Amino acid sequence: MNYNWNWGIFLEASPDGTGSYLYTLFLGTRWTIAVSLTAWVAALVMGGVVGTLTTLPRRGWAMLGDAYIEFFRNIPLLVQMFLWFFVVPEIVPEAIGTWMKQTPNSSFWTAVVALAFFTSTRIAVQFRAGILSQARGQMMAAQALGMTLTQSYCYVILPMAFRIILPPLTSEFMNILKNSSVAMAVGLMELTAQTRAMQEFSFQVFEAFTVSTIIYIVINMVIVFGMRRLERWLAVPGFSFDRGAEADLRGGA
Amino acid sequence: MKIRYFACALGLSIGFCAAVQAQQGTLDKIRAGGSITLGHRDASIPFSYLDGEQKPVGYAMDLCLKIVDAVKEELKMPNLKVNFQPITPATRIPLLANGTIDLECGATTNTADRQKQITFTVTHYVAANRFVSKKADNLNTLEDLKGKTIVSTSGTTNVKQANELNTERKLGMRILNAKDHAEAFLMVDTGRALAFVMDDIQLAGFVANHANPALFTISPDALSVEPFGIMLRKDDPAFKKVVDAAMVNLYKSGGLTAIYDKWFMKPIPPRNIVMNIPMSDAMKRVVANPTDSSDPNVYK
Repeated sequence: MNYNWNWGIFLEASPDGTGSYLYTLFLGTRWTIAVSLTAWVAALVMGGVVGTLTTLPRRGWAMLGDAYIEFFRNIPLLVQMFLWFFVVPEIVPEAIGTWMKQTPNSSFWTAVVALAFFTSTRIAVQFRAGILSQARGQMMAAQALGMTLTQSYCYVILPMAFRIILPPLTSEFMNILKNSSVAMAVGLMELTAQTRAMQEFSFQVFEAFTVSTIIYIVINMVIVFGMRRLERWLAVPGFSFDRGAEADLRGGA
Repeated sequence: MKIRYFACALGLSIGFCAAVQAQQGTLDKIRAGGSITLGHRDASIPFSYLDGEQKPVGYAMDLCLKIVDAVKEELKMPNLKVNFQPITPATRIPLLANGTIDLECGATTNTADRQKQITFTVTHYVAANRFVSKKADNLNTLEDLKGKTIVSTSGTTNVKQANELNTERKLGMRILNAKDHAEAFLMVDTGRALAFVMDDIQLAGFVANHANPALFTISPDALSVEPFGIMLRKDDPAFKKVVDAAMVNLYKSGGLTAIYDKWFMKPIPPRNIVMNIPMSDAMKRVVANPTDSSDPNVYK
């Protein structure tokens, strides 16, 4: 292949005047982390609430939760980003629309909102699975102790559900980080956008994408590591999936 | 454990890239394969785009086909097969470097930085970096944009220049980065940004295709010169010589002017829009003295 490798390119000044190319990738990484973390917190709260709603013995709430899930998970993330960025400000009253367009960092907030709604539907479904996977006796036992419905959920059902779904939540956390690259579509200069900008300015395609690949993998490995620690820390002996026990079965690797 | 696997995979892939880095001249490659591949864009009107039948057409495509004729003659291969490969700004370099395409027929600005990776033949269009804004906002010069929010397409030479001017003249503009031209134009249309900084020819295309072209105005103030060229692989003097000679012959024989008129002055497919952009003085100078320089001063 007729390609001129130049790993020194990262130390050269980037033409947008902010510093070296490495520094622009760092700025992108910062946005990626900021948007992922903010959206993750929001998605966890929204997903938890909606997932719980769908399991309630109240038909109206359950249907509302189902409608929310079906609406936000059946539209591609990219389309949702565009809807929040270009369409919503045009259909709300003009004063609000203008405010939405002119808030500083509007692409950041748009990306957070779109990612949070999209991811919350997936988390909601996992919460529902976590709740429904528990034996029915669990709820009955709680109520037999005199707990109200709210108390049974808060003290018995939800804490267990959260522990049960921690492994799939790890994947979801990693997904939100990867999905944050779609925020490029609404003009957020996150890691993928900065990588593309770097390859367009310098034409060093492979160097740019190699480094951003490594950055994504490293961040995701940190997430996996952190979530494993959390799992172990929260584990209830005999209930949660116990990784120590699994290792023992495999012969203690 | 996991880290070791990953390092191993990465090392393998980089090693692989280096291993296939064998040098072969493009002419030899074309002779051996019996075909030449042209990279084309899908919506770079009127340079290189798909017409109503999804066939690649355009000003740069016509020029590339003239180059192909010269290659046929050079290699004495009248039945040389011509393949077409769609490309995007992100894929044009890797596909040219790894030999998937032999010529990039589009609207790529010739810059010194880019020449470190690939090379350009003779300039085929001289665009200027300008901005489009709503007529009602009455923005004509760069000074009018002081402190305003503007947009350009991320990764273009245009956004790079907007950033440079912003720092240099302390304009305090907020510069948004859009994913592509269409989205940047939409940002001006919906009022998220007041101006879109881009090559004038691209802006003219967007304004012409808008439902109400009278709403917009393109700044008389030009921020820079953008010479467009057809890209080919670097360090391949034999091929570059054939390509350059074909282009120069076309310029000198008056063939270029005819092709220019066909795409910029007459109705073009698929919707029979007329761009109506007469050849600029800068381009007329290039026709008289063909050059492949990336230096903007050459075109002034």
